[in-house]
Amino acid sequence: MSKYNMHILVCGGTSCHSSESDAIVCNLRDELEAKGLTDKVQVILTGCFGFCEKGPIVKIMPDNTYYVQVKPEDAQAIIEEHIIKGRKVTRLLFKDPETKEPIADSKQTGLFKKQLRIVLRNCGFINPENIDEYIARDGYMALGKAISEMTPQDVIKIIKDSGQRGRGGAGFPTGLKWEIASKNKSDEKYVVCNADEGDPGAFMDRSVLEGDPHSVLEAMAICGYSIGASKGLIYIRAEYPLAIQRLKVALQQAREYGLLGNNILGTGFSFDISLRYGAGAFVCGEETALIHSMEGLRGEPTIKPPFPAEAGFRGKPTNVNNVETFAAIPVIILKGAEWYSSIGTAKSKGTKVFALAGKINNVGLIEVPMGTTLREVIFEIGGGIRKGKKFKAVQTGGPSGGCLTEKHLDLPIDFDNLVSAGSMMGSGGMIVMDEDDCMVSVAKFYLEFTVEESCGKCSPCRIGNKRLHELLNHITDGKGTMGDIDRLRNMSNVIKDTALCGLGQTSPNPVLSTIDNFMDEYVAHVRDKKCPAGKCKNLMEYFIVAENCVGCTACARVCPVNAISGQRKEVHQINPAVCIKCGACMEKCKFDAIIIR
Amino acid sequence: METIKLTIDNKEVEVEKGTTILKASRQIGIEIPTLCYLHLEDLNIENKPGGCRICVVEVQGRRNLAPACSTKCDQGMVVRTHTTRVLNARRTVMEFILSDHPKDCLVCSKSGNCELQDMAHRLGIREIPGSEYAAVSTYKPDTSPSIKRNLDKCIMCRRCEMMCNEVQTVGALSAVNRGFMAAVAPAFEQNLEHSTCTYCGQCVAVCPTGALTEVDNTPEVLRALADPTKTVVVQTAPAVRAALGELFGMEPGTLVTGKMVTALRALGFDYIFDTDFAADLTIMEEGTELLGRLTRHLNGDKTARLPILTSCCPGWVNFFEEYFPDLKDVPSTSKSPQQMFGAIAKTYFADKIKVDRKDLVVVSIMPCLAKKYECQRDEFSTDGNRDVDFSLSTRELAAFIKQANIDLNNLEEGEFDAPLGESTGAGVIFGTTGGVIEAACRTAYEIYTGKKLDRLDFTELRGLEGVRAATLDFNGLKLNIGIAHGLGNARKLLDDVRSGKSQFHAIEVMACPGGCIGGGGQPLHHGNSEIIKARAAAIYNEDRKKPLRKSHENPFIIKLYEEFLGKPNSEKAHHLLHTRYFDKKKKIIVKQN
Repeated sequence: MSKYNMHILVCGGTSCHSSESDAIVCNLRDELEAKGLTDKVQVILTGCFGFCEKGPIVKIMPDNTYYVQVKPEDAQAIIEEHIIKGRKVTRLLFKDPETKEPIADSKQTGLFKKQLRIVLRNCGFINPENIDEYIARDGYMALGKAISEMTPQDVIKIIKDSGQRGRGGAGFPTGLKWEIASKNKSDEKYVVCNADEGDPGAFMDRSVLEGDPHSVLEAMAICGYSIGASKGLIYIRAEYPLAIQRLKVALQQAREYGLLGNNILGTGFSFDISLRYGAGAFVCGEETALIHSMEGLRGEPTIKPPFPAEAGFRGKPTNVNNVETFAAIPVIILKGAEWYSSIGTAKSKGTKVFALAGKINNVGLIEVPMGTTLREVIFEIGGGIRKGKKFKAVQTGGPSGGCLTEKHLDLPIDFDNLVSAGSMMGSGGMIVMDEDDCMVSVAKFYLEFTVEESCGKCSPCRIGNKRLHELLNHITDGKGTMGDIDRLRNMSNVIKDTALCGLGQTSPNPVLSTIDNFMDEYVAHVRDKKCPAGKCKNLMEYFIVAENCVGCTACARVCPVNAISGQRKEVHQINPAVCIKCGACMEKCKFDAIIIR
Repeated sequence: METIKLTIDNKEVEVEKGTTILKASRQIGIEIPTLCYLHLEDLNIENKPGGCRICVVEVQGRRNLAPACSTKCDQGMVVRTHTTRVLNARRTVMEFILSDHPKDCLVCSKSGNCELQDMAHRLGIREIPGSEYAAVSTYKPDTSPSIKRNLDKCIMCRRCEMMCNEVQTVGALSAVNRGFMAAVAPAFEQNLEHSTCTYCGQCVAVCPTGALTEVDNTPEVLRALADPTKTVVVQTAPAVRAALGELFGMEPGTLVTGKMVTALRALGFDYIFDTDFAADLTIMEEGTELLGRLTRHLNGDKTARLPILTSCCPGWVNFFEEYFPDLKDVPSTSKSPQQMFGAIAKTYFADKIKVDRKDLVVVSIMPCLAKKYECQRDEFSTDGNRDVDFSLSTRELAAFIKQANIDLNNLEEGEFDAPLGESTGAGVIFGTTGGVIEAACRTAYEIYTGKKLDRLDFTELRGLEGVRAATLDFNGLKLNIGIAHGLGNARKLLDDVRSGKSQFHAIEVMACPGGCIGGGGQPLHHGNSEIIKARAAAIYNEDRKKPLRKSHENPFIIKLYEEFLGKPNSEKAHHLLHTRYFDKKKKIIVKQN
């Protein structure tokens, strides 16, 4: 990087990509060419910075200036003002949501201040399609060290001592998993990377693969060395075309550099990786289902034991780890177990990547040390609740996690704390809800997802989840009884207790956690036939407040079903029998005369 | 043998390592209920997807409940099978299953013989909460020539899928769609008729509910019997007499040959004949064909392909037409006994009683569902008139007898009619695996060597091993015999034939595990393979009691050749008693939209 004075980093993650970050790069390069600066300033298309809410992001190095929501036509201003004249383009700077003051240095924004980026170390920093940039950041050094200076047992010991637990959701110790796979004797073993990221709204794995694909390839090779495997497979959903393309480029480059393939670095160790595409079924994130899918069979889980470490892909010992788990491995090897285990809590070491979403100011991808509290994540990093609304709940762990409330905000996030609070780590989705969210509807929303994604193999998940969903519908329709809440709880507990795989064993969590934490809302739906958040259509009524209505007729004209009647300049009325509760009238009314009651 | 000690419901039990909680419980008399689980022990067939979750039990120290069918015992394990937690879970799961099942038990063909119904009763389910707004998953109904599918009644036990894929390797049925809409069906929304299905009926034989049943042809038979212009002839397959009694409360293995004949007469059939007669005829034709090919082969004729494969089993014929069409000149060209019977009945016998074939209705009683399809094949009819008009399964016959107010238990022993009712012990053993080839060897030996056989029981050909091999000494000629039952086992032998590795001179194949006694049309065994063994024993028993036990000694067979056919493999015999096979490999065309 020495020959250039300045670098312009443009985010090339999926969401910035779809907001024309390609065009931004082209325009920047054109401008540089026009000004004769191409040998002084380099434009790099990187992986995700994490601040997807404000994308596309353009970052100027070395001064760390952070431009948000950049448009292709802003290229000229950036080059002419910032690069040539050294003046920051103020209108493109991120503005503090509270003080409204522009912040130039990204490290000073709340979003990045508390973050510790190990997994995402290279995302938004290097060009993911250039192996040299990865190597320049110590890439493949860990692999070299492992295969030339360490025995497989040494590698496993470091991973075990580091205390890293699998980031796929269940939190099984990585080193132990490798050790089991290494001890099972076989003529062939496999290393599988689970990149079947299925939680709605989660994009941790995608960002790593798009922003730093080599870190995963390197880790898989290290794993292959330690367990005695020569073949690796990445199971990635076909809906991740950009990640797939970058993986293909990375694989090609790694092979050209002799970092994958036969006799890596002359050590005699051979390892290569191929890609397997998934069709996007959520259950294929479960490792046995994933393996069946890779084998060309129906993506359905089977009973464990046998675990994949004994009999996995094609019946051979197979080690399955998640993308995020792998991405941290090279750093652990280089910096040591002690360093890694110094980060985090007693039983959960290292950092965790979360996809922050929902009613929060800074939607995006963050990485924090284990033990960071929910409050820090939501209010400091996440910038608090949108539009100054009141925080109500945060759902962690994806569709089968639980909803945590105000009282959990100071809970240090780790695997065990989340489980004991009634939720789970999952793969790291974090969806924030505010006072306008109906918790019964939230439970229904997640159930709808698991009903859709159940494979149908075991009866509790296949039928039970459907029944839960129906019963929740019954309640939000205003037909529920208090006994239904008990039935919901019993069915949920039985599904958790009897379902075959992790999907069914966790799918009732949103129901149970909302019942536990928001019982009053359930009671309101059932006993008072009211939805406190005003979200359940069948429990609400649009009503015109006589004092505010001026008789402008705007509401009556916009009503698609002619439910509103009234003469000009007279108070209007809504016929509840006809009203379909579309809300068009309320939106149209300029006098706040229409309310929901 | 490494053993493990554990406690189940406060009782200590010591089991072999690898034993499941379910098996260990049964050792000490604890009957954990199961629904999807199926284990035909002697046939080495097991279905344990762990899907229904009815057999869950509490294991001390384990977070969730464990399925007893597929959880192995551990040293010191403490298992409880009826705690409040377990009973509540079991009941709730059962309520789930029932909530997704039609409530038409009163008119369901499986009523009274349904494992789901029995389980609901056993668990004391008296209501299904929330059923007023519970959706029931549906899938399009499908009727093929043999099998009816009503997947609204499917509980996803996956037994049929296991049978179709793992045991039979037919691959017609597998799980499609997902979640609540998951169903077991042919790929690409095809109907069974357009799939690779062989109609072996093993899916029907293991279905716990009314989702898979046979096509009921009783109404057509009833109409024929009521029509004064029709002469109705019935033939009964050997395996039927060894199983029919089970449906009238008799012990498995009770032979009801005579009672069955009396019942059929009471039902109004004009002539009660025996498929065993046609089995003897099959031996004459197939045995002669075998000896012919063998002699030509030994004389160096390269066109004489060996091994010869038996062709009595219509499921098997469908299987090789689908999967081994390149080998269609290998099996014997002899028709199955059912079709030989039909061909002779509608020619020789029709002439004898001076009835036009159009007014002669031939009904067969078969342990088999593929026979329903077989009798509908184009090549088995003349001018649109089928050689065998209708085929009923053992189950349909039992229902028919009951509807006619006949109690099989209290019937006199009747006798088959002449001339197509006389048979030898060789014809009887056609009903079990190894029987056809044993019958063939009894005749082929005597014809080939010109000597009398002193030992008629070829015990080396018997048993329930999936693939068996034996070498018989034909006066110095070592004849290698292969036997397979279950299409998956047949596939193994066929793969060897295809690759030229097969050392056999003759191979017997029956599509159903156990042979016809385990056929898709037989009384349901509900996973008890003892029943199949008892039926086999009954068949060998009948054989032993027969005065004549070699097909070529059947006097009516001798007479048939003298009066009508000439000699085995004659031109007339070829015309009437032999067939050809077709390439029926399905070509799946995925429509591009």
